[in-house]
Amino acid sequence: MKHDVTLTVNGRVHRMVVESHRTLLEVLRGELKLFGARESCGMSLCGACTTLVDGLPVSSCSYLAARANGRSIITIEGLGRPGALHPVQEAFLAHGAFQCSYCTPGMVLTAACLLEENPAPSVDEIKEYMAGNLCRCASYGEIVEAVQAAAGQMPGASAPRGPLRAGAVQEDGHGDGC
Amino acid sequence: MSNPRPAVIGADVPRVEGIDKVTGHVTFVDNIEPPGMLHGMIRRSQVPHGRIRRIDTSRARQLSGVYAVLTGEDLLRMDIDPYIGPAFKDQAPLAIGKVRYAGDPVAAVAAVDRDTAEEALDLIDVEVEELPAVFDVQDALRPDAPLVCERLVPAGTFADLIELLGGGDVPATSNACFQYKLRRGDVAEGLRRSDRVFEHTFSNPPTQHSDLEYHCSIAQWEASNRLQVWTATQSPSYVRIMLANMFRLPESRVRVRVPYLGGGFGSKLYMKLEPLAALLALVAGRPVKIRLTRNEEFFTITKHGLVAKLTTGVTRDGRLLARDCQIMWDTGAYADIGPRVTHKSGYTSAGPYQIPNVRIDSFSVYTNKPPAGAFRGFGIMQVCWAYESQMDIIAREMGWDPVEFRLKNVLREGDVQATGTVVHSLGLDQCVRAVADAVAWDYREASAPHPTGDGARHLVRGKGVACSMKAVITPSVSAATVLVHSDGSASVLSSSVEMGQGSDTALCQIVAEELGARLQDVAIVHPDTDVTPYDLITAGSRTTFHMGNAVRMAAIDARSQLWPTAAELLDAAPDDLTAQDGRVWARTASDRSLTHGQIMMARFGGRAGTIEGHGLFETHHGSTDLDTGQSDRVTAHWMCGATAAEVEVDTDTGQVRIVNLATAVDVGNAINPFACRQQIGGASVQGTGPALLEEMLFEAGQLTNPSFVDYKIPSFLDLPDRLQPLTVEDPHPDGPYGAKGIGEAGIFAIAPAIANAVADAVGARIPSLPITPEKVLRAIAPP
Repeated sequence: MKHDVTLTVNGRVHRMVVESHRTLLEVLRGELKLFGARESCGMSLCGACTTLVDGLPVSSCSYLAARANGRSIITIEGLGRPGALHPVQEAFLAHGAFQCSYCTPGMVLTAACLLEENPAPSVDEIKEYMAGNLCRCASYGEIVEAVQAAAGQMPGASAPRGPLRAGAVQEDGHGDGC
Repeated sequence: MSNPRPAVIGADVPRVEGIDKVTGHVTFVDNIEPPGMLHGMIRRSQVPHGRIRRIDTSRARQLSGVYAVLTGEDLLRMDIDPYIGPAFKDQAPLAIGKVRYAGDPVAAVAAVDRDTAEEALDLIDVEVEELPAVFDVQDALRPDAPLVCERLVPAGTFADLIELLGGGDVPATSNACFQYKLRRGDVAEGLRRSDRVFEHTFSNPPTQHSDLEYHCSIAQWEASNRLQVWTATQSPSYVRIMLANMFRLPESRVRVRVPYLGGGFGSKLYMKLEPLAALLALVAGRPVKIRLTRNEEFFTITKHGLVAKLTTGVTRDGRLLARDCQIMWDTGAYADIGPRVTHKSGYTSAGPYQIPNVRIDSFSVYTNKPPAGAFRGFGIMQVCWAYESQMDIIAREMGWDPVEFRLKNVLREGDVQATGTVVHSLGLDQCVRAVADAVAWDYREASAPHPTGDGARHLVRGKGVACSMKAVITPSVSAATVLVHSDGSASVLSSSVEMGQGSDTALCQIVAEELGARLQDVAIVHPDTDVTPYDLITAGSRTTFHMGNAVRMAAIDARSQLWPTAAELLDAAPDDLTAQDGRVWARTASDRSLTHGQIMMARFGGRAGTIEGHGLFETHHGSTDLDTGQSDRVTAHWMCGATAAEVEVDTDTGQVRIVNLATAVDVGNAINPFACRQQIGGASVQGTGPALLEEMLFEAGQLTNPSFVDYKIPSFLDLPDRLQPLTVEDPHPDGPYGAKGIGEAGIFAIAPAIANAVADAVGARIPSLPITPEKVLRAIAPP
């Protein structure tokens, strides 16, 4: 079965027809050529394909594209860009919180969400929240440091769930380069 | 010519590719899509061992959208050499005649999309007549065991495996495809003269690399019979040579490009999907991409399982007098690089110790399981697990402090190692001391449980230590080119693969240092065999030492071509020049300086020209006696590391928590200290996986846990409470600025250090990995 869907990805509206079994990850990579979300385990266990849907992190490898109809989707390409990085990206850079970086987009998006929900998480809260994101290079220590450092830098830290909500990125004018 | 003052070397320079990584913009192979590209997929055997009776592909061929269907039989009809393998030519991209493990590729299709390809795979009928199979190395070595591979044909590619030719191209008489032998002194006599003799057997199961990026290769043929390949490989130069051999092409007609890798750890070495992608593309007449699923990764390459029996004699005063090592490596259904693993880990299978009498017999053994290849350390993790577990048992039984026992016996400068090669520049003593200090080592008589003091009697703590060393692959070759462009900026052409280890940054640092250029003016060109010169492999902790030397030589060569022009302009002798941060000046007159762009402008009379510097770094092997393994030079350099762990064991659940994990590696001289610590810390945490969690489980040859549901790798929740990556610097005279390779040494000793800490905590020894809660409970209270 095919579905007419409207996906708002990084503030840009895409109308398309998708089959029922098509995942959000397949649409992002295959149709929209956004390669920041990556497949690894294929079953929602590693976090490499993490994408924000209406501000919440989902595993796009198992999230059906049809279900995203009418929703706002943010990928790593829409979170920040050179010259206007998100505080979490700045912190990952400053703390060298990556090696091969295959997991990095998922880590950054998950951490951004965590800080929206909890502006000053403890180390244990960071580990708990991010336990679904795997890093085989095992830069976990640097990632925890980066998330802690970013915690103090978040804009509007007093207003939880602001910037990642639907529409916010459009206002910033961040495009995905498509 | 004098060196500029070190400025970029030794600095915590951020990654040159950092901004691309945090924005998700780095290119992995799966992002690449040549126009008209098809998707290739693989049908695999469900039977662990069997004769292929018939494969009917007719229905698959008729499916709309299918462009190519291939079986092993088809390969025999093509004008190619279908057999591959870095040690023995024992594997074809699709099984020919026989399947040798459950998961062995038997057919492949290329179709317009993955859905169609998958449907086509289901339409292929495979008939296999099952044969008796072997799954265990000890069973596989019995005289009546079924043979997995019937003929041994050495590949003859790698100089360090040339010894295989001695026993090669013969009908196989057993499942042991390779034996490494070492004889030093007289082991029987040494054991007889020992005050105590200890005999133990240790084992560890096969595990999987689980690099998050799956294998992915794309092949495209040009009408002029030129093959283009984009592939996730750690060995682009090798892939080009092997594809040229397979398709009988000159190397100049095969182009292999590698963007970034999402981790490697040895899984992406030698040839994996490249031949099959090229074959499908040839038949389909369109570019073909093959990418694996997580499930398929488990059936593609693994880390060797091992069984090691060690017999060790010690004197009453704490010296190792003799050690006998009988080691069996489970190399699976195809040898892949198993013989190199057996060989390279063979040198140090008796441990990093001064032992006058050593005997090592190490066998690479075929079984009907997924092929085992290289994993971070080429087997050192496995042999270290055995000898460092036994070292601890000996120390505790003799009432010796495990740290003191090791320090009494570790190899030091000028000692003769078991291979007969003299040890130079090995900071192992310092590594052991550093980690002991880091966990506040306080040896107590063993066996008494140590409550944590918070009143919870079911929580006990213990500390353990372990250490290890490895010989770097020798002989080996790395070549590099440095181009200085008309504006004075520079490109580094290297076939080293950036897979997370930070080689792009280290190599750029070296070139910036030698040219006196600003780091941001130096850029790396990723492997492209049409452009970047030969490099053996990106593995075995080779890159900083070997490619580091090559790019340094190339940069010096480029500099020596630029300096005469600069000297002329500055009225100085070339020897008086120095450079830093993009400016060149004479030491005698530092008020006048030139940029590299100004020098280029003067040299070529305008905005034009290229200066090309070349570097070639080779290492050589001494001759080796094949019966005794004795050589005056088995390796260009030794690397080493030590780990100390403090654990807390819950005696109610058997759960092990790592309280403190300290690992020290001798880095020689840190080119980038942050990157060194990150590699050591990452290796440490990665090493906790095989120590506590990871194991590929088989039932009758069928892998039962090929997914992250049942095969767990360390997550945030497995991070030790305290992680201490430490560097020791014992500079190597042949390393760039004294640097050594460090990618592997951080993982060698993790598992035995943890096991030794568990033994200290609960007073019981677990001789097989992983150390699961169940094993801990059984060890505490035997049923």
